Amino acid sequence: MSSLIDRPNAPESEQPEAGTPISTGSEWTFELIQKYDEEIAQCAAEFGLDTYPNQIEVITAEQMMDAYSSVGMPVGYHHWSFGKQFLQTSKGYQRGQMGLAYEIVINSNPCIAYLMEENTLPMQALVIAHASYGHNSFFKGNYLFRTWTDASAIIDYLVFARNYVSECEERYGVDAVEEILDSCHALMNYGVDRYKRPAPISAAEEARRQKEREEYEQRRINDLWRTIPKAYEDEDTVHRRPRYPAEPQENLLYFIEKNAPLLETWQRELVRIVRKLAQYFYPQRQTQVMNEGWATFWHYTLLHRMYEKGLVTDGFMLEFLQSHTAVVYQPPFNSPWYSGINPYTLGFSIFTDLRRICENPTDEDREWFPDIAGKDWLETVHFAMRNFKDESFIQQFLSPKVMRDLKLFAIENDDQEDHYTVTAIHDDPGYRVLREKLARQYNLSYREPNIQVWNVDVRGDRSLTLHHIPVDRVPLGQETDEVLRHVHRLWGFDVHLESVDEGRIVAAHHCPPRNDDAADD
Amino acid sequence: MGMTHIVDRRLNGKNKSAVNRERFLRRYRHHIKKAVSDAVQKRSITDIERGEKVSIPTRDIEEPIFHHGQGGRQEVVHPGNQEWVAGDTIPKPDGGGGQGQGQGKASPDGEGMDEFAFQITQEEFLDFLFDDLELPNLVRKKLKDTEAFSYVRSGFTTQGVPAKLDVVRSLRGAHARRLGLGGARKKKIRGLEAQLAALKSAPEELDPAFSHADQINVLEEEIARLKANVRRIPFIDEIDLRYRQHVKQPKPATSAVMFCLMDVSGSMTQMHKDIAKRFFILLYLFLKKNYKKIDVVFIRHHTSAKEVDEEEFFYSRETGGTIVSSALKLMHRIIDARYSPAEWNIYAAQASDGDNWNDDSPVCSKLLSERILPLVQYYSYIEITPQDHQMLWYEYEKILAQFPQSFAMQQIADPADIYPVFRQLFERKAA
Repeated sequence: MSSLIDRPNAPESEQPEAGTPISTGSEWTFELIQKYDEEIAQCAAEFGLDTYPNQIEVITAEQMMDAYSSVGMPVGYHHWSFGKQFLQTSKGYQRGQMGLAYEIVINSNPCIAYLMEENTLPMQALVIAHASYGHNSFFKGNYLFRTWTDASAIIDYLVFARNYVSECEERYGVDAVEEILDSCHALMNYGVDRYKRPAPISAAEEARRQKEREEYEQRRINDLWRTIPKAYEDEDTVHRRPRYPAEPQENLLYFIEKNAPLLETWQRELVRIVRKLAQYFYPQRQTQVMNEGWATFWHYTLLHRMYEKGLVTDGFMLEFLQSHTAVVYQPPFNSPWYSGINPYTLGFSIFTDLRRICENPTDEDREWFPDIAGKDWLETVHFAMRNFKDESFIQQFLSPKVMRDLKLFAIENDDQEDHYTVTAIHDDPGYRVLREKLARQYNLSYREPNIQVWNVDVRGDRSLTLHHIPVDRVPLGQETDEVLRHVHRLWGFDVHLESVDEGRIVAAHHCPPRNDDAADD
Repeated sequence: MGMTHIVDRRLNGKNKSAVNRERFLRRYRHHIKKAVSDAVQKRSITDIERGEKVSIPTRDIEEPIFHHGQGGRQEVVHPGNQEWVAGDTIPKPDGGGGQGQGQGKASPDGEGMDEFAFQITQEEFLDFLFDDLELPNLVRKKLKDTEAFSYVRSGFTTQGVPAKLDVVRSLRGAHARRLGLGGARKKKIRGLEAQLAALKSAPEELDPAFSHADQINVLEEEIARLKANVRRIPFIDEIDLRYRQHVKQPKPATSAVMFCLMDVSGSMTQMHKDIAKRFFILLYLFLKKNYKKIDVVFIRHHTSAKEVDEEEFFYSRETGGTIVSSALKLMHRIIDARYSPAEWNIYAAQASDGDNWNDDSPVCSKLLSERILPLVQYYSYIEITPQDHQMLWYEYEKILAQFPQSFAMQQIADPADIYPVFRQLFERKAA
């Protein structure tokens, strides 16, 4: 029986240690969870996983749906979109179409992980290993999280945000608040500083500074707009004027918060709240593959370690492996279940292969990874976890073997051709190209259109002009005009969005729509 | 290690999303109202015990963001290559769709227009149903309570609201407690006082060495201490308080029969009937709250009346003239045969567009006042027409003067007018 199960951490010769299994049934109790957690923590310590303290919360399926529909924020402000998410989740769950996410973990200190009461004991152990030690150590170790988020302050900030929003609702009405939030949500992906490190968020600080901001901001904005718009002068003078902002700005919400002429102070504060949340989630959006891969790699490794120590039974392992296999299943592109590359699979494969490259390098590995082939595997995976995001992680560590295992290939769809072209596959000439293309696919600024604030007609009609810089002639999607309406709501004056390819305007959207714009009917 | 904190949150509220859900319903109330409206047409008036499935086009609830559109040159990496090598080409299917164009994005204007479907509860269903009836909240709430309860006394409890405090019980308890706590000490005080009295009355010793003064002092101090102790026993304490306990008990059930009378002559359009249907639903809900068993009898008429099932009642059309008295006569016959007023509470609601043969209206009036109204709890008449009244209305007005307690009539032009009629009924019952 035991030969079915890998023992990756034990030398070939070593027999399973004669430990006594912690439990044999599949029913969990609080004592057992405690016991498993202690043992998992023990194993995690052996592998040098550095984590925030853990808080494990046992909840019901309904509570899980609640947690699920607030995008994992333990405290959220009220918004219809979360209600929509909730209806969607509960519908799927009631019909049995989907199991609930079997884990939700919050990047906070202590790190909060949810266990569903319906789960069996092996599942609970899996979730503890995955979330409380895998994700947790990622949150604590990865440079993006270290730079951009402050785990100890997030809960407080969420409480602040929730209170602020409901206070506004009381004062200005639910509709008025909802409108602003809708518009902010539409621009949420453009509410982040990609390069600059923001000040850490903290509730107390926010509350204190918020008053200050109120007064200061309004004065500053008044300054910018002090000049009463004059009658139109001739085009040329307008064009020769210096632009405002002098440099294009990528953080649209920040720009709006600071410069939108008509927003009330509380509306600016709402923009800020959405912006801060966007910034908090930004690292997660950039490290999906790594984060899930890391957590999966560790639940796999930790539970196997428990097995080697004789702490869990064969039955436990089989149930665990069944779930694990489902999690890392990658349907091929032509399967009805296919919906893109499974981040769990990709991340898990890369981390697992990193370990293999360290422990059992082949000639190919020595050629491709001279720095790590044969080196200490623990140090290597930790190094990879700490210092990369999805894009650079794939660029750096996706090995030919993983590309072969997953049978990756790249397909080009050019609207000027009447056929698709296979541009690279998992073979010698293809590896590097493929790796580069896949890495780029995880680059957020490639995944999302590049849109920046270009100019404000400060002395004219106060219109805001955004520039979209297309890559490979890819145009903006169907919803663009819809989003532009939201920008217009926040900005308060005309908004233009121009797609500029090599200095030439190739497409333009306007809000309110121009009469000659046939597209905007 | 011990760093992990394990918390049982299962008893915490599970309805964290309730507000967000409510916000969602609020935002899409137009869609939902329409769905409810459609559902009412399809449902029986006695079938209001469940929620409803509502569908909203996905397009309407999408949250737009900037994203890449189709076109240009796009390249995607996929898993599961089987036979291709670099440089292979695959013809594009006609119409431009197909693989390789990014995944899962249904085209917003094509066949991919999914419906976002979800379930609303019965309570929400009624809320939306009542929405344009302009029902006051209190009434809405009363109607949505599906069971009627009354509170009955059931002994005493140690916790409760001040209004339910039972003074006699509480004081009795306090008295017992004071006795229990103070009795022994009081007995002791009495003993000591007796000793003290004895000492005081004893002849004064001349020799100061044998003086009782010290003993007297000691006794007096002890007595004072004990008395202070007794005084510290509170007159009434929290543990003495007793509250009257009440428990909910379902109200005794009785039966009611509801007659729905409707003119189905050619002049009644589907719109008229829909308004009438809402009125009947309201009446039914109201009765349901008050009675355990309700029979509904549908009588439709043009020149002659007929007892029919609900489907036929609302949805089949007839042409021809109108003789209202035919329905009243039939109703009376049915009461005679099946619903003895001694056992049944009889309610009737009549809907019409006001048309009647002029000769018939006095007959109706006579039938109502002499034969029907004495038997029924309540008779309501709604005239669904924006136009001027006809003969029947004026005849009925005479009845209203005669039977203000059990007769109500109202002209209805749109659904918002339904409630005032209903309110009369409601107020009367509540009083």
